[in-house]
Amino acid sequence: MVAAIASDHAVRGSTLTLREVSHSFDLEGQPLPVLDRISLQVGRGEFVALLGPSGCGKSTLLRLVAGLDTPTAGSLLAEGREIEAPDPSRVVVFQDPTLYPWRTVRSNVALGLEARGLLRTHGGRIEDALRLVGLTGFANAYPHQLSGGMAQRAALARALVNDPKLLILDEPLGQLDSLTRIAMQAELVSLWQRSRFTALLVTHDVEEALLLAGRVIVLSDRPARIKAEVVNSQPYPRHRGDPHFVELRREVFEQLGLDEAW
Amino acid sequence: MSSVIDEVPRPSQKSGFGFFESSTTRSLIGGLSVAAAWLVVAALTAFWPDKPESDWTYTGSFAIACAVLAVALALAAFAGVRFGAFQRLQRLSPWLFALALFFAAWEAVTAKLGLLPLPFFPPPQAIVEVVIDDWGRLAEGIFASARLLATGYFLGAAVGFVTGVAIGWSRLAGYWIHPVLRFIGPLPATAWLPLAFFVFPSSFSASIFLIALATGFPVTVLTWSGVACVKSAYYDIARTLGATQRFLVLKVAIPAAMPHVFVGLFMGLGNSFAVLVVAEMLGVKAGLGWYLQWAQGWAAYANMYAALLLMAFLCSGLITLLFRLRDRLLSWQKGLVRW
Repeated sequence: MVAAIASDHAVRGSTLTLREVSHSFDLEGQPLPVLDRISLQVGRGEFVALLGPSGCGKSTLLRLVAGLDTPTAGSLLAEGREIEAPDPSRVVVFQDPTLYPWRTVRSNVALGLEARGLLRTHGGRIEDALRLVGLTGFANAYPHQLSGGMAQRAALARALVNDPKLLILDEPLGQLDSLTRIAMQAELVSLWQRSRFTALLVTHDVEEALLLAGRVIVLSDRPARIKAEVVNSQPYPRHRGDPHFVELRREVFEQLGLDEAW
Repeated sequence: MSSVIDEVPRPSQKSGFGFFESSTTRSLIGGLSVAAAWLVVAALTAFWPDKPESDWTYTGSFAIACAVLAVALALAAFAGVRFGAFQRLQRLSPWLFALALFFAAWEAVTAKLGLLPLPFFPPPQAIVEVVIDDWGRLAEGIFASARLLATGYFLGAAVGFVTGVAIGWSRLAGYWIHPVLRFIGPLPATAWLPLAFFVFPSSFSASIFLIALATGFPVTVLTWSGVACVKSAYYDIARTLGATQRFLVLKVAIPAAMPHVFVGLFMGLGNSFAVLVVAEMLGVKAGLGWYLQWAQGWAAYANMYAALLLMAFLCSGLITLLFRLRDRLLSWQKGLVRW
């Protein structure tokens, strides 16, 4: 039994495969290409960051992975199966926490379980998730009573309560002040280490990508192509001042074409 | 929220008069002057002889009622100072004072001086007379109006709500219902009155239809716009968490649209009052609207004023009730308008 749980723990994350994924929007009859033949292989339990300039199509890529949109060309596979529709095993944490203002924090966190009719059998997970993000004391608060950081943590709890195999993070810390942000980065890493899901993070913050991810995929301007891949195998917690970290950061800036400005 | 701020005690202003320095003394004087004003109304009614050739039966009763009110207000003023009770009454006291002035002036220009022509402008005691002598018919009227209004309003609100959700959610429903709504909706419900009275088997059912129509239009439009305005991110969240279509409608679209729905319910309620009165005046042989018409036919203007007053209480009370319900259901919203 113990062995079963342990092995279950080890394989919790799902694999993700992107094959020549291209996508374009229809803008007044003109196709606007946003993604250009992106191919990517993400292993079980890996933490991968997608880094690129604003508006390059990162968020579009995440919507495709989540199954909220379908690509114009190419295919996406999770656990070897084609992604056709949203699935609770792949949960997104958006840049904006988008909590439902008419629900309390607890009831927001309960959303996924309620939607799948698991509230009665798995309701205990709600308190676990709230404890995990440190919001136990705010379970009965309404979203308008929360600070930005607390709202984002509630959104994180709402995702984690579903025990996702793939956690998709769309600049989840983008709107936080720098102090909350640093604290939340550390929390994200420890959550990932404990729960062992596969994580896909979109960000335009070079440091954040290198602090959290094992692999940083650098994307070009729109239409996004994969420009480079930087591997960071340093153990956690990582330190911004570490010489190797500084070297990696320089390398990434170089890939973004910003080495001189910085 | 604003009432909380209002009740924060303000630092009392330093004034030159030692007597007025404490706020309790001032509120006592305020309360007693309101009581005194009502005592003046009572005295004026009782001791100033009526204009000759008028016979108002309830002059004495009206005077006594005013005197009783004055005594009650005086007691409340003392109790307020002594026990800190009746805080609300203190806020109302300027209004109570103004009302006393109004009644005194009304009494003077009608029963005492006869400056206003009769029977169009009866004195206050005539209205007391109506309420006491004709309460049976008035109560019947209230009951009939309430029954008609409630049936029509709930029917219209329910149909409007369901239609609004359908248009907001389903493209097909939108395609078929939207043009009908655009064409027929803006037509005042009262325009259907002649048609409704011969199509429906009874004037009662015809009136229900008209009230439902008047209520349904704003409820439909506002519910629809509420559902259409729901942020798409709300749906994305629910979809990635495994929500079904049913869940998206019932647990996302409808709760998110509720603030709009209440605006529609409020507008619908206002519309329904108008149609109710018109329907009762023109077809239904019962209710306060019918009573108004009947009283006017007999030149019983005091009865008309009494019915108008009751109607005002009824309508205002219903709107208050609706706002209370909204405050309860939408307590999660910030910055609600207080009624």
